[in-house]
Amino acid sequence: MGKRILRVLFYILVIGYAVISIGPFLWSVITSLKPTSEINNLAIDFSKLSFKNYIFLWKKFPFARWMLNSIWVALVVTFGNLLFNSMAGYALARIDFPGKKTLFLAILAFMMVPGQVVMVPTFILLTKLGWVNSYKGLTIPFLTSLFGIFLMRQFFLSIPKSLEESAMIDGLSRFGIFFRIVLPLARPALTTQFILMFTGNWNSFLWPSLLATSDKKYTLPVGLNSFYGQYFQFWDQVLAGVMILSVPSIIIFLIFQKNFIKGIATTGMKE
Amino acid sequence: MSSKRGTLSRIKTREKIDGWLFVLPFVISTLVFFAGPLVVAFILSFKEYSFLDQTSIWQAKWVGFDNYLNAFKDPIFKKALLNTTLYSLGVVPIQLVIALILALIVDSDIKGKTFFRVAYYIPTVTSTVAVSVMFMFIFKTDGLLNKFLKVFGIPPYNWFGDVRFALPSIMGMAIWSSVGLYMIIFLAGLQDIPHSLYEAAWIDGANKWQQFWYVTLPLLRPTFFFNLVVSLIGTFQVFDQAYVVSGGNGGPLNATMTVVLYLYRTGFRDFKMGYACAIAFILFAIIFVLTLVQKKLFGEETQYQ
Repeated sequence: MGKRILRVLFYILVIGYAVISIGPFLWSVITSLKPTSEINNLAIDFSKLSFKNYIFLWKKFPFARWMLNSIWVALVVTFGNLLFNSMAGYALARIDFPGKKTLFLAILAFMMVPGQVVMVPTFILLTKLGWVNSYKGLTIPFLTSLFGIFLMRQFFLSIPKSLEESAMIDGLSRFGIFFRIVLPLARPALTTQFILMFTGNWNSFLWPSLLATSDKKYTLPVGLNSFYGQYFQFWDQVLAGVMILSVPSIIIFLIFQKNFIKGIATTGMKE
Repeated sequence: MSSKRGTLSRIKTREKIDGWLFVLPFVISTLVFFAGPLVVAFILSFKEYSFLDQTSIWQAKWVGFDNYLNAFKDPIFKKALLNTTLYSLGVVPIQLVIALILALIVDSDIKGKTFFRVAYYIPTVTSTVAVSVMFMFIFKTDGLLNKFLKVFGIPPYNWFGDVRFALPSIMGMAIWSSVGLYMIIFLAGLQDIPHSLYEAAWIDGANKWQQFWYVTLPLLRPTFFFNLVVSLIGTFQVFDQAYVVSGGNGGPLNATMTVVLYLYRTGFRDFKMGYACAIAFILFAIIFVLTLVQKKLFGEETQYQ
């Protein structure tokens, strides 16, 4: 009997936290479909729900443009990171070259430095280069990541060398080995990187808010923040904006979630 | 014989070159956008420099340790440091405890495991700007939260507009939105614990609670250390939520002013860039010391090799 009550309590906890976790999204989705006059009503009048807020944001405000900016920036940064981080991580795990130890120690040391420390000089540098308010400024400085390299190195250390060695005997160059043999093996680690980098960049706010100075170059988080600042009374529209911003990264996560959870286990992230 | 040695040394040279080619994009990018700016930031922190000045960084006036000393006399910076510390002290332990409980839940043999894993993780992939706006809607004076609390006879509050509640509200929001990340890492740690250890404990007559206490927790120590460091570093860098909720000014009455928000304002609104760099290095020093302390306390068995 006592065991049964415990079981029920356990499920109440499990389901209760799921409600806390996704409840705010559900409530926001419903509100975003309501007309402005209804936003404070707890009751939902299904006959009045519509996508008119989404259409309104899409047609009257630059949400479509912000979305394209976000997609472009996130894709460039993500694929840059996948390529460069795995190249560097691979070299640090497998190739013997002078200065390798120093380089790895430098990565560990730099990982402790919060990114905001370099914010002022980097901004001055980007201004001098004329990259402020341009796609170059929003992408090029972010193409590699210390943490990403660290994860890839840990992963490459964990896979067996034998395949590479036999490929080397067959006369394949390092680049051949890397692109033809190692990268396909690194699928789980790359999926994890992809999700972390894509969602991280898609959601990034501090840097884009500094670097995108006109609304033509806003990414979605910067755009939504500015839209909220002006139209905060129109919660139905603001929350439609919230959904436009959050749904794409949730979809990406749902597509890759199985490999993502496995990937975290194999990249040795927890060490 | 000699030709063989020649080939070998040629392969070794080739390896050295390839190694550098592989790391080159990263090395260039890091030198230009990280290491270089880091040195400049350090120099600037001892200077008085504004972006609007006609002079260059190199000609700007040296002020010695003034920027650092001024920071500790600056009431807003002190308030920001206090807020950030309170925020960190509140968020880190609650977040890790909830994350561990959730990880244990989704690691057990419940029905719909995948659904719960995904449900608990979704807030983590959501933009902090989106999360902040959603919470402002739910926490507003005539919002869902106050309507819910009314059932228990609690009067309505303007949560984000009230000096007493603004920071705790942001803390709640931060816990909600990042618990999933730590849950996933705990989960990976839990799945690494060999099943045979639980079987051995069970044969020795240990009940579930004793298994958790004597098997799970000790073996989860490296994972716990990793989460603690990441969570602490993350909380000390809080910016997005405070910026969106306060419209960028840290209000009401600096109740949501954080160190990074203040750094952002000094550097890019007031253009006191030397001072902003000094604040950045104070933040760095705090994070550095905290990481070392934790390594001493928890991390003896954690190695990178």
